[in-house]
Amino acid sequence: MNIRLLVRIAFSLLLARWKQSLVAAIGVTFSITMFIALLAFMTGLNDLLDGLILNRTPHIRLFNEIKPNNLQPINHDSLFSKKYNFIRSVKAGNSRQEIYNSQIIIKTLWQDKRIQGVAPKITAQVFFNEGKVNITGIINGIDVEAESRLFSFTDYVVEGNAIDLKNVNNSIILGKGLAEKLLANIGDVVQVTTANQQQFSLKVIGYFQSGLVDIDKVQSFASLSTTQKIVGKPSHYITDIQVRLHDLNAAPSLAKEYAQLFETDAEDIQTANAQFETGSFVRSLISYAVGITLLIVAGFGIYNILNMMIYEKMDSIAILKATGFSGRDVNRIFMVIAVSIGLFGGVIGLGFGFLFSVLIDQIPFNTASLPTITTYPVNYSITFYLIGAVFSIVTTWLAGWAPAQKASKVDPVVIIRGK
Amino acid sequence: MTNSETILRAVHINKSFSDPVHVQVLQDINMSVSRGEFVSITGKSGCGKSTLLYILSTLDTDFTGDLFIDCQPMRGLSEKQLAKVRNEKIGFVFQFHYLLNEFSVLENVMLPALKLNLHTEEEIREHALRKLEILGIKSLADKKANKISGGEKQRVAIARALINNPSIIMCDEPTGNLDKTNSLLVFELFKEITENEGLTLMVVTHDQEFANRTHRIIEMEDGKIL
Ligand SMILES: Nc1ncnc2c1ncn2[C@@H]1O[C@H](COP(=O)(O)OP(=O)(O)OP(=O)(O)O)[C@@H](O)[C@H]1O
Ligand SMILES: [Mg+2]
Repeated sequence: MNIRLLVRIAFSLLLARWKQSLVAAIGVTFSITMFIALLAFMTGLNDLLDGLILNRTPHIRLFNEIKPNNLQPINHDSLFSKKYNFIRSVKAGNSRQEIYNSQIIIKTLWQDKRIQGVAPKITAQVFFNEGKVNITGIINGIDVEAESRLFSFTDYVVEGNAIDLKNVNNSIILGKGLAEKLLANIGDVVQVTTANQQQFSLKVIGYFQSGLVDIDKVQSFASLSTTQKIVGKPSHYITDIQVRLHDLNAAPSLAKEYAQLFETDAEDIQTANAQFETGSFVRSLISYAVGITLLIVAGFGIYNILNMMIYEKMDSIAILKATGFSGRDVNRIFMVIAVSIGLFGGVIGLGFGFLFSVLIDQIPFNTASLPTITTYPVNYSITFYLIGAVFSIVTTWLAGWAPAQKASKVDPVVIIRGK
Repeated sequence: MTNSETILRAVHINKSFSDPVHVQVLQDINMSVSRGEFVSITGKSGCGKSTLLYILSTLDTDFTGDLFIDCQPMRGLSEKQLAKVRNEKIGFVFQFHYLLNEFSVLENVMLPALKLNLHTEEEIREHALRKLEILGIKSLADKKANKISGGEKQRVAIARALINNPSIIMCDEPTGNLDKTNSLLVFELFKEITENEGLTLMVVTHDQEFANRTHRIIEMEDGKIL
């Protein structure tokens, strides 16, 4: 069909009312700008907060939980197998947190193609002695290199050099909060007492700041061998095996697989941090809701201007119809007007949205708990722009629908007679 | 009349309005117009002339009876097909010279031809300019349609009605709001067009003088042809 002619007529009508059209387009521009800026900022924030957890959390953690055995002796007795057995005050049988055959497990894991890396770890509960006061804390025995590579450990060591954990004997990196409580400076020696009443002296070589204050008040890091010495265990003693995968989403199924294969407990990141996904989801939802609400308001603006235009242009519509344009042609003319307003406003909105994001990205954002962040976080994902573009066209299309339909139904006889 | 080929035929056309009360506006209208004829329709105000013209021009489809344009039955055609018939075969001049104010005079004349899409835009432009020249308003071609006088507008509307070389041109009181000189001018134009270009014209008019000079007068009274 002769679409070019219809577009030409549409543009003439549009330009004859360019001020109102511009106002309608600005409405779309505004809402798309806000939509992009809001989502960029919110998603940036989400990524930041998620990264706070996700970057440092193993995708799968293998460990031995101290818990009562599911199979109690009475269950083995065929005499009671058909009965419902109540057992009270069951105690845990295995008191060992150690993962058996840890060396073999690690070797096996390294051969798994789905895995990005493996880092062994020991967690030990200790007391830090500060004069008469004992402060509970946790020493994480880590393989510094693996930990840095997989979980960006060095990023969070705000003072001192992480690799010194390996090079300096009996050294420790304290959480910033813990160090403040202990009044421990770098180079100082802190005393720790283990659960077995063993005393140790450790040299402070750095501070660690995770961004989560509660963690920084209790956590500290030492090398694997130092920690093994503290807890008095041999060199193959390991309590956790941390696994980082290529594909985060495979974690739940792989966790199950490993739990069976290695006969340990296995926890995946989704289970361990369910609340973060919920938080991200709600934040995204709010951003989308606000953005779409703005667009709908802009849609009503377009609806209004088109309605007004149709009342003003009744004569023109009647003339077009009398001279051979069909109802469908008239409908298309007004749809072209609506979508042009949407497209024009939308494209400029996307541009402004990007500028706005860049602007937000420049605003300084310094907080003690996030040492690696200097400006507000912004996400420049192309997805938002695509969604914004699609939505601007869809809303203007919908807004144009009813007025265009009305225009196509105008009866020229009524108009011509009405004069 | 040199040619007796029938351009338009109306058979048993009845039309009534039921709002607010039932009025029979047209009663059993039978008529036909041949190629090259210049017909005028006269009658008292309110006798149904305009109503008949809207029906004959396919703008109004709410009637009983049959209408044939170029021997083609109009009954049963879709809205889109009727629009095409109007575009191709009917030229319309209204009493109040309806022009599109967003467009120039030339564009107003060109639009029906652009819609018909038989010629290139360049050709259409030339055709339109020639029509404007015939009507003596070529100098106004690039003016906006709302910046010319009433008589000029009426002539632009006639040029627009001519652009697609329609089978028939229908006019509803084309001289109704023109002064004596201008109505005479319009009449002369019509006469020239029918004689020189072999076009068919049907004009509703109150102007008895005007009617007397046409080939045939159809007189109406109370919805009937006398
Ligand atoms: N929409 C309508 N509803 C009801 N009655 C109508 C309607 N349109 C026209 N009429 C009636 O139909 C009759 C014919 O109207 P029409 O416009 O055809 O008259 P006309 O002959 O053109 O008169 P005029 O010379 O004044 O233009 C009139 O009596 C008018 O009141
Ligand atoms: Mg009338």
